[in-house]
Amino acid sequence: MDFERIKEKLSILADAAKYDVSCSSSGSNRKNNNKGLGNSSGMGICHSYTEDGRCVSLLKILLTNHCIFDCAYCVTRKSNDIKRAAFQIQEVVDLTINFYRRNYIEGLFLSSGIFKNADYTMERLVAVAKKLREEENFNGYIHLKSIPGASDELMREAGLYADRLSVNIEIPTEKGLKLLAPDKDRKDFIKPMEKVKNEIIQYKSERKLLKKVPIYAPAGQSTQMIVGASGETDAEIMYTSAYFYKSFNLKRVYYSGYIPISHDHRLPSIGTAVPLLRENRLYQTDWLLRFYGFDIRELLNSDFPNLESDIDPKLSWALRNLDQFPIDINKADTRMLLRVPGLGTKSVHKIIQARRYRNLNWENLKSIGASLNRAKYFITCDSRIFETKDRTAAQLKGLILNNATSKFSSTLSAQLNLFESQTINSA
Amino acid sequence: MTILKYDGTFEGFLSAVFHCYENKIDDASILKKVYSASTFFDTEEEIITNPLKAKRVWKGISKKISAEGKKKLYKSFLSEVIEVENIMLGYIKRALSSEKNIETDFTDYNVLTIDKIAKKVSREKHRMDAFVRFRLTQDGIYFATVEPDFNVLPLNADHFKKRYADQKWIIYDLKRKYGIYYNLENVEMVTLEISSTINQKSQASQYFTIEEIQFQQLWGNYFKSSNIVSRKNMELHVKHIPKRYWKYLSEKNC
Repeated sequence: MDFERIKEKLSILADAAKYDVSCSSSGSNRKNNNKGLGNSSGMGICHSYTEDGRCVSLLKILLTNHCIFDCAYCVTRKSNDIKRAAFQIQEVVDLTINFYRRNYIEGLFLSSGIFKNADYTMERLVAVAKKLREEENFNGYIHLKSIPGASDELMREAGLYADRLSVNIEIPTEKGLKLLAPDKDRKDFIKPMEKVKNEIIQYKSERKLLKKVPIYAPAGQSTQMIVGASGETDAEIMYTSAYFYKSFNLKRVYYSGYIPISHDHRLPSIGTAVPLLRENRLYQTDWLLRFYGFDIRELLNSDFPNLESDIDPKLSWALRNLDQFPIDINKADTRMLLRVPGLGTKSVHKIIQARRYRNLNWENLKSIGASLNRAKYFITCDSRIFETKDRTAAQLKGLILNNATSKFSSTLSAQLNLFESQTINSA
Repeated sequence: MTILKYDGTFEGFLSAVFHCYENKIDDASILKKVYSASTFFDTEEEIITNPLKAKRVWKGISKKISAEGKKKLYKSFLSEVIEVENIMLGYIKRALSSEKNIETDFTDYNVLTIDKIAKKVSREKHRMDAFVRFRLTQDGIYFATVEPDFNVLPLNADHFKKRYADQKWIIYDLKRKYGIYYNLENVEMVTLEISSTINQKSQASQYFTIEEIQFQQLWGNYFKSSNIVSRKNMELHVKHIPKRYWKYLSEKNC
């Protein structure tokens, strides 16, 4: 192996791949039954974190950054004057295996610029995965990009070797796509996604009947959208997201705040801040849809097209629906508990278990780990002390934001606040 | 108070629990022998580890709590937190005397504390799954050193055995001076004379292959290239990888 050459290629092709935010390595069920290398039956592992705080779980690289397309938002676009490189199939295999053996990674995330055409590119991605599985006896995690427009036969084959497949739709609206990537068509993204979805459905139904069905993309499909490149609203992003979750049974939709990489007048100029907070609020909304039983129409709609930036979307919803609170922590059902600001899925689970033994009071809730500085305005518990019900949404928001700055003060003063605000209000 | 001193093993601890029940000691405090802080007013007894008695206690516990609950107890034991034995004893007493399963009664101090300690230990175990960095030695063994906050290697063995079934490896706990070694068949505990220079970069070629050193560079290189400078967030970075782990991560040292 020519070490210096590989080093250079790795720098170029890792740098080009880093804008793909997915790093998930969980949700597969590929066991090491053959005394081979690797096991991806458990939960995902982040082996390291880059200085931007993102997880490093997979060797995430492009096979090549040569590309025939000229999408304005992409660093690898044809018209961009950058260094180009391409890995050979064996080089990717060797890097993956050697990184894996040293416990650097959970597996490979292989994407690529599109050279010649979709099928030609997809074929090479599949060849890498096939070689890893069949020649190297590798059971680690493989995430392959589905190349827009790739044929059904290749997508079928890809799913036999990969744990996860993904197509990035990148631009949330069709009109944005037309503006920024005129050579691309939404239909081309959907085609491989549709094929993989159907294969997964078929695999699951066959497995119920037959024991030996080759596993197909056990960790499912995901996609990614760029946020803040085409002037879209939060509602446009999240409705697209909800549509993809529903229509293609996606495991994840990722949101990637646009990082200015071009002087193109159609895009935010270089130096514009990455919309990190907005990205965070979108993820919170995504979580509310997937784990908290919210419907997208409750969180975003024509009256309310953008998320609030100063408070999280659950609190925002609660303040718009004060008539549904307070709830009794010892009686409310899971659905309603999950809607209380300050209670996460883990706290809710603990509350439900613990309240079987006795009614819970403030002290109990605090020790269990509920975030009372928000939750206390929305709940009652086994105590005579509780927050007054007759505050307006604006007053509550002000109170909660004030408390949020005291995040690092001792828990004792949080407890005192509880009583103080009560006395003030009853006075 | 009756202080029961045991040898520091899990079986020793369970033998001490047996002793409490056998002799109806209500005010017992179970302590590792190494912390021999005897005071004037306490009675001290030395527990002799007895595998049969330990087994009986474990069996008794099994009737009252789930496999997950037992795992939490074991993890708490591995935490080596001072006085964890007494929290465990309180938990076990409550479990044995109660009709109902008590392991989710989070308003009980001992139950909640065991839950929290076990969670910390799990987190440390998971960190070791993630932060172990193997280096290929000249004699063909993938070798890693660690210093976990808790004694978690017994929990890691299974994960690494399943994953690296076709390579010999050693993970060595420098703090506790023992390691786990996979010989292509089983995982065994080993104690080794570890040279003080093994983690010195300048001495690497003495122990490791040339290829090994190159792969460390490639990995370090990859780590740098995958960072997005305009999103830099060191606070988050350090939150995910606290600084005490840095010295074993080759990507942080190149």
